[in-house]
Amino acid sequence: MSTPLSGPGSATQAPGQGPVGSRPPRSRATRDHAPITLTGLAGKVLLLGLTAGIAVWAAFPLIDTGKWAGLALLAATTAGLFYLYLTPRHIPAKYLVPGTLFLIAFQVFPVLYTASTAFTNFGDGHRGGKDDAIVAIQTSSVTQVPGSAEYALSIATKGDPATGALLFLVTDPATGTVSAGDGGGLRQLDAADVTVTPGGKVTAADGYTVLNFGQASARSREITDLVVPTAGGALRSSGLSRAYEGKAVRAYEAGCDCVRDAETGQTWTADQELGAFVAADGERLAQGWKVNVGLSNFTRVLTDKNISGPFLGTLIWNFAFAVASTGGTFLLGMLIALVLHSPRMRGTNVYRVLLVLPYAMPSFAMLLAWRDMFNADFGLINNLFGLDVDWFGQPWTARFAVILVQLWLGYPYMFLVATGALQAIPRELTEATSVDGASPWQSFRAVTLPLLLVALSPLLISSFAYNFNNFNAIYLTTEGAPFPADNPTNGATDLLITYTYRLAFGGQGAQFGFAAAISLFIFAIVAVVSAVSFRRTRKQEEVYS
Amino acid sequence: MRIRTAGVVALFALALAASGCGGDSDEPAAKESPKAVGGKLVIWADDKRTAALKPFAEKFGQENGVTVEVQAVSKDLQTNFVTASQQGSGPDVVVGAHDWIGNLVQNGAIDPVQLAAEQKSAFNETAIKAVTFSGQLYGVPYAQENLALIRNTELAPEAPKTIEDLVATGKQLKTAKKATETLCLQVGQNGDAYHIYPLYTSAGGYLFGTGANGDYDPKDLGVGKPASIEAFKKIGALGEKGEGVLKRSIADTNSIATFTSKKCAYLVSGPWAVADVKKANIKYDISAIPGFAGGKEAQPFVGVQAFYVASKGKNKALAQEFVANYTTTPELAVALYNAEPRPPALTAALDQVKGSDPDLAKFQDAGRNGQVLPAIPAMAAIWDPFGKAEAAVIGGADPTSTITAAGKTISGQIK
Repeated sequence: MSTPLSGPGSATQAPGQGPVGSRPPRSRATRDHAPITLTGLAGKVLLLGLTAGIAVWAAFPLIDTGKWAGLALLAATTAGLFYLYLTPRHIPAKYLVPGTLFLIAFQVFPVLYTASTAFTNFGDGHRGGKDDAIVAIQTSSVTQVPGSAEYALSIATKGDPATGALLFLVTDPATGTVSAGDGGGLRQLDAADVTVTPGGKVTAADGYTVLNFGQASARSREITDLVVPTAGGALRSSGLSRAYEGKAVRAYEAGCDCVRDAETGQTWTADQELGAFVAADGERLAQGWKVNVGLSNFTRVLTDKNISGPFLGTLIWNFAFAVASTGGTFLLGMLIALVLHSPRMRGTNVYRVLLVLPYAMPSFAMLLAWRDMFNADFGLINNLFGLDVDWFGQPWTARFAVILVQLWLGYPYMFLVATGALQAIPRELTEATSVDGASPWQSFRAVTLPLLLVALSPLLISSFAYNFNNFNAIYLTTEGAPFPADNPTNGATDLLITYTYRLAFGGQGAQFGFAAAISLFIFAIVAVVSAVSFRRTRKQEEVYS
Repeated sequence: MRIRTAGVVALFALALAASGCGGDSDEPAAKESPKAVGGKLVIWADDKRTAALKPFAEKFGQENGVTVEVQAVSKDLQTNFVTASQQGSGPDVVVGAHDWIGNLVQNGAIDPVQLAAEQKSAFNETAIKAVTFSGQLYGVPYAQENLALIRNTELAPEAPKTIEDLVATGKQLKTAKKATETLCLQVGQNGDAYHIYPLYTSAGGYLFGTGANGDYDPKDLGVGKPASIEAFKKIGALGEKGEGVLKRSIADTNSIATFTSKKCAYLVSGPWAVADVKKANIKYDISAIPGFAGGKEAQPFVGVQAFYVASKGKNKALAQEFVANYTTTPELAVALYNAEPRPPALTAALDQVKGSDPDLAKFQDAGRNGQVLPAIPAMAAIWDPFGKAEAAVIGGADPTSTITAAGKTISGQIK
């Protein structure tokens, strides 16, 4: 770190914990004399080049969609970054800015986006805008006019193949007559002027240039949009080689803000609160749009009996699961670490490698393997111990089983960090206690454990937060089972996250808005628990450090 | 000095960025073949089908002077397609199961396909019915599949006519210690609506009634009705507290393996199981899933794989051309069959491969009375509660309260 440059990588790993805030004094003293080294310069060029490259890459889509505010923000950020790392001033900012940017991009923005989604009905059937819904309704209502013919189609133009106005050349299958059609309607062509294949496809016509597939497909959108009015409806293309006579049965009418069905006369009026076209009898058209629904997602969580009823029980089990997973793995990991820390142990390295093995295997595969081991009839556990336990069929055995699996998956991590922390505790301290006549237990209680906890508390809290939302641990093993016979939405091993996943995505398609509202509730719970724990940890640190 | 260094650094950095960008834009230009002046067609499919489609897609591109790209989306194809479509970065054509149609239509992600009458008549009728949604044809089918009863002919030489026959034979085999299970029908801890459906229909239950136009009607829910409760009483009698034929310990992970290790004589599964059965050198035969004695026919679900035209694709005319006029050819259907042996939906293609693979005709016979898997979005609300109710009843729960509760949950989730 001889140059004042701090790449984006160096400050991002631990926002809020790293060396970010503790540097300035030394830097200030040396900033005027910082030697400019070649590696420093090269690194600077590389990183700034990367920044500029990313900015250019991100700019094109923004220009394409005309998002000028976003573009201005991008330009300002990039210019700001260049200024910051080219000027010798603002040393603290050089360290702070990369971390802050990443914090905004990967933490603050997603949280704000989730929060804003929670106030909408965003989900399947309500993804796009109202215009998208209208287009979708109209397109999907185009039906072939009953009894109408199928035409062989060629795409032609009177001008240049790339730009000239497009025409359909169609052959009537009954009479064999060829007509040219455009927005103005069909005009019959003289049979002598056209060359037609036996299949009825026009390959050449006097005064027209027939487009080949390549030329035609380059103008795909114009072809799809070209509608040639006829007596019964309109000729539309079905691909590039066939045309059919179709009619859009449903059309949007701006006057009544409704969709009218031309055949039945039924109307569906736009409901801005639901984001759907609704008929008088309450029937909705499937294609809806995204609208703001205010607090209704939140009130649904609180008032829907199916959700609020089992909520408390699930919350208690969720806490129990997180505490048991974290506490159990910590106890087991620490115990093993203590045993292997003893100077009398031999072959500790072999043990350590063996103990870390579960950590090295992909956890999702292990979860699936454990699920099969708990199978009541064919599972390894019942067969090995000669048991006849329906593990995932009863609430308490299922709960015990998932915690057992967590214990197995999680203890190597705790073992690793505890080993590291133990080695940082000076042996003189424990030796001093034994000189003073303390028993090993007393010395552990009074010296080792508190010092361990100072080092490991933040990890325990993050492990708790992780286990609190440990979706895979449940979804890949019990999927929440067993379920009470009369309530298939909430099972005995369901965590809040698996329970709400089922509510938001298990029903009629995905409901992102609702899911976002629930995740805000969970976020609030975890945030409160973490805040309280961190506060207590800080007090502890003050006592022991 | 300072300013000069800063300037040089900035200049170099920008030059580097510019060269990087230049490199990026060179690449796609080099990939495009010079003759492809026309448009580009992008197809999304899962891994297996991508490999089978590629040569045909390339041929289509060469014949017509366009570029065709087949991209494999190995996970959550439907969700990814809907999301990408919404953002305008989706493909022009997508390949997937027909029961996606309801969801894809409500999200405005696919367009109807107009097939000529003679094109339609080349397909199996059920397949065309499956891809028809509110009176419109939304995809071109290429393969269809359904469950059947696969039996180990060394253990059970005769195809059972009823479930009772099957149970009796299974019991004999168990007492003779030739098998440990009667029937490998996957249930799992949380049930499996797809696999229990044939028994459910045979016992008199239904999921959705059909409206006047033959479409499934989400307002007429059969789950929770007295007939469905009666049906589950029969299923419960086969469960763990009854005959022990249906068990939650037999799940998707082990049902085929249990059959191939000769622990059960009967397996309820689809064409995808045949490869494993063959590999295990088991002498097998395929027949229709039997129903309850005196009950209705056991009707498996019929699922169809199809090509769809994306609404928000960049090259819709070409996509329509590809889907409506190219995927309807038997050659492509045969190639897709070779990639994964599911019965082709095109009658001509099926006839072509039938000779070399007798199983196909048997699967098709077993699915003759099948019901098209409902494509309405409301079907998504069925799977989970229905499966769990099934698992609970098989585990010994009271059918009346369980199925009533499941019916309530499902109807609460249907908009």
